Amino acid sequence: MKKKEPGSHRHVLPKSPTSIEGLDEITGGGLPKGRPTLVCGGAGCGKTLFAMEFLVRGANQYNEPGVFISFEETEEELTANVASLGFDLGDLVKRKKIWLEHIRVEPTEIEQSGEYDLEGLFIRIHLAIETIGAKRVVLDTIESLFSELPNPHIVRAELQRLFQWLKRKGVTTIITAERGDGTLTRQGLEEYVSDCVILLDHRVSDQSSIRRLRIVKYRGSTHGTNEYPFLIDEDGFSVLPVTSLGLNYFSSHKRVSSGIPRLDTMLSGKGYYRGSTVLVSGTAGTGKTSIASQFVEVACRRGERVLYFTFEESPTQLMRNMRSIGINLDPWVKKGLLQFHATRPTLYGLESHLTTSIKLINRFDPHIVVLDPINSFVMGENQTEVRTMLLRLVDFLKMKRATAFFTSLTSAADDMENTDVYISSLIDTWLLLRDIEIGGERNRGLYVLKSRGMAHSNQIREFKLTNRGIELLDVYVGADGVLTGSARLSQETKDEAEKLLRQQEIGRKQFGLERKREAMEAQVVVLRSEFEAEQSEALKVIGIEKARNERFTQDKVKMAASRKGDVHIRTTGTKKRQTNAERNSR
Amino acid sequence: MPRAPKAGTRSDSWDLHLYVAGKTPKARAALGNLKLICEEKLKGKYNINVIDLLKNPQIARDDQILAVPTLVRKSPLPVRNVIGDLSNTERVLIGLGIIERNALKLR
Repeated sequence: MKKKEPGSHRHVLPKSPTSIEGLDEITGGGLPKGRPTLVCGGAGCGKTLFAMEFLVRGANQYNEPGVFISFEETEEELTANVASLGFDLGDLVKRKKIWLEHIRVEPTEIEQSGEYDLEGLFIRIHLAIETIGAKRVVLDTIESLFSELPNPHIVRAELQRLFQWLKRKGVTTIITAERGDGTLTRQGLEEYVSDCVILLDHRVSDQSSIRRLRIVKYRGSTHGTNEYPFLIDEDGFSVLPVTSLGLNYFSSHKRVSSGIPRLDTMLSGKGYYRGSTVLVSGTAGTGKTSIASQFVEVACRRGERVLYFTFEESPTQLMRNMRSIGINLDPWVKKGLLQFHATRPTLYGLESHLTTSIKLINRFDPHIVVLDPINSFVMGENQTEVRTMLLRLVDFLKMKRATAFFTSLTSAADDMENTDVYISSLIDTWLLLRDIEIGGERNRGLYVLKSRGMAHSNQIREFKLTNRGIELLDVYVGADGVLTGSARLSQETKDEAEKLLRQQEIGRKQFGLERKREAMEAQVVVLRSEFEAEQSEALKVIGIEKARNERFTQDKVKMAASRKGDVHIRTTGTKKRQTNAERNSR
Repeated sequence: MPRAPKAGTRSDSWDLHLYVAGKTPKARAALGNLKLICEEKLKGKYNINVIDLLKNPQIARDDQILAVPTLVRKSPLPVRNVIGDLSNTERVLIGLGIIERNALKLR
């Protein structure tokens, strides 16, 4: 129903801000200023509160006094009803910021005779507006005139005239109307109030109530066309324009430690990305809350604010349990860094949860938001709705640059990777905790199923809860798969024994070698002494022989000399032999 | 709002208020029609008080008047209202309680 033509933004329609959380965002600034707006919806959908908040905020924040013409509730009832929203109507009335007027008609006493008009109503509204100088007017629920006054044709014509008249007066008006069967209003008022029509809806699905708001039309202005969830609580009305968020949020390069050093190592050494969405899923009792708490504890230690939504445990119980594994959260609660919000998911509808969460997040502005566990929302076949809600929450948290930490309980019977598949695309880092049953015992294994934007480990680690916190240990991967717990311990013992055996073997080998060397050396000594003995013997013999040879030569020389023969050659030969013998002896 | 009959008025005297907003044709018609009916049915025991809401807008609030013209029977009690220009005499008579509703059906 967008009627925006190119260039039409040059003359922007003046708007009257409602200051109702979120509504001004959807409407691009508020309701059409000086024109009537039709707010329709079924019984109990919050029309009156919506209208009243518009007046109260106008009076308080924009100094625009407002007139509330009530056709159903008396002034006293109205004052009492909105007091629960924190509006002090009595005071505003006293200060002439709000004018309450109950218009009462008793149809049984009225007889019609001939033509009439509603000039009396005009006079009363006019008087009210003049009395306080009102800029805003609410007519709640003017349709009841149809049942109270005879001749609907006259009433219809007169109301049409009234709306025109209010428009001419330039007051911003809200007209509330009951939703009809197949029509927006019972009496077709939408035909006369064509500037802006807002539809409120209150439906119950799976025993939880969901309130939604939709801008059916807004003449001359662009507006969000979705159904937006809204909430009525002690702060009044709030609408969630979360679906309008895109994917163009800021992505941080900063990392935050998971609080478990070895898990940080698995996540390429630095932990999660700030502002990312972390999911820990696992079967019952695998330590999801413990991982969350460890993360929370170190975050608080860094001085960050953490908002912890717990849907299954009370904060005191959770803190007691965490103390038993050495994670002490109490001081951070006392310091105001950690806030717990415990609710049963069944207590409100999904939308209320979302709206409440977002309000709390807006108020506390946390660095980290924990939802423990998210699957508590899943009841029956509402996974799509849960996914939509989480998507909106994740988008919102990304916009806020808060790190989201979800836990999810998966059923052991299901294929674990599949159970949370409906939200997989929302998750940046997904840790899986699983039971590993070996040798009659149950141990916990942890691995990183996915982690966007980092080179994460593909290893399974054994996950242990000790009284000093969480520890991650290596696991053995053998032919039978992963070994944990006692199996791992026995494997470790076995390995230890084998190692010892090997060391002994080495020792023995070394000892033998040493012995051999010693034997060899001893033999060397014996051989040497034998040799030396032989050598000295030989040398002795050589000496004798030499002497004998010498003497022989000398005898020969003497003989030759006496015979005058060729002595020379023979002497040389003898000399050579002698030198060789000498060399051997050395 | 039921009011106690004014002091000095007899219990069978008719105190009628006619609320109008200015001297419109409908207002004039209503007053004319009312006078005729009263002269015929309540001669000597009625009192018509015409209230112009344009002059006294506060009265519209005090007396819970929306439609104009509105004829209110202030006394005898209970208070009864008739709206319109009173051009339908029978309706006025029923509205004021001068004739019974059933009487009309029988005719």
